Amino acid sequence: MDTLMSFFSGLCLLVGALICVSGAVGVNRFDDFYTRMHAASVTDTLGAAFILIGLMFISDQFIVIAKLMIILLLGLIVGPTTSHVLAKAALKNGLKPNIPEQSRDDISKK
Amino acid sequence: MIIAATLAIFAAMALALTRAVLGPSLYDRILAVNMFGTKTVLLIALLGFLMGRPEFLDIAIVYALINFISVIGVLRYSGSNAFKHDNKADETIEKSASRSDKWTP
Repeated sequence: MDTLMSFFSGLCLLVGALICVSGAVGVNRFDDFYTRMHAASVTDTLGAAFILIGLMFISDQFIVIAKLMIILLLGLIVGPTTSHVLAKAALKNGLKPNIPEQSRDDISKK
Repeated sequence: MIIAATLAIFAAMALALTRAVLGPSLYDRILAVNMFGTKTVLLIALLGFLMGRPEFLDIAIVYALINFISVIGVLRYSGSNAFKHDNKADETIEKSASRSDKWTP
């Protein structure tokens, strides 16, 4: 049972770390603010959830699991809220999405 | 495996800092700083487990709350003129740079 728990914990931690790094690479590689924000906000929520669940597997005290749960719920509420506020502020202040000419024509035809 | 996750978080924090320094617009910087704060929460939790002291999780909770409050507090002033984005400045920069490496459909 103990080895099973540590195996699942390692798996969750590895997946979470991979998601976090891929999100950071996406923030550096994308060429538009809105696509960058997509990469950052999605991977922030999912990566944090995976890492915290992985830590929950190896903790044995109830209070530690409860604290990890609080951080997880806080992240699930706060992350999307921040992304929403940031996107709304950027759009209201005139930061235009970077759409290529070709697809702009396609959108206007439809 | 905790050590591997800690190193990955460090790498992600370094990449987020790169975007915060390079970021063309103000919003890119805010986004990168928010991401850095989220990664810091995870780092504190992981380091607490790594050193065998899960009491560090209290600090992680407080850090998550402060991170949220700081971003909302900065964006509270997004109605002011300093937050207005000038699209013309972007276009002149793009025209002066060589556009050969840009993806064209």
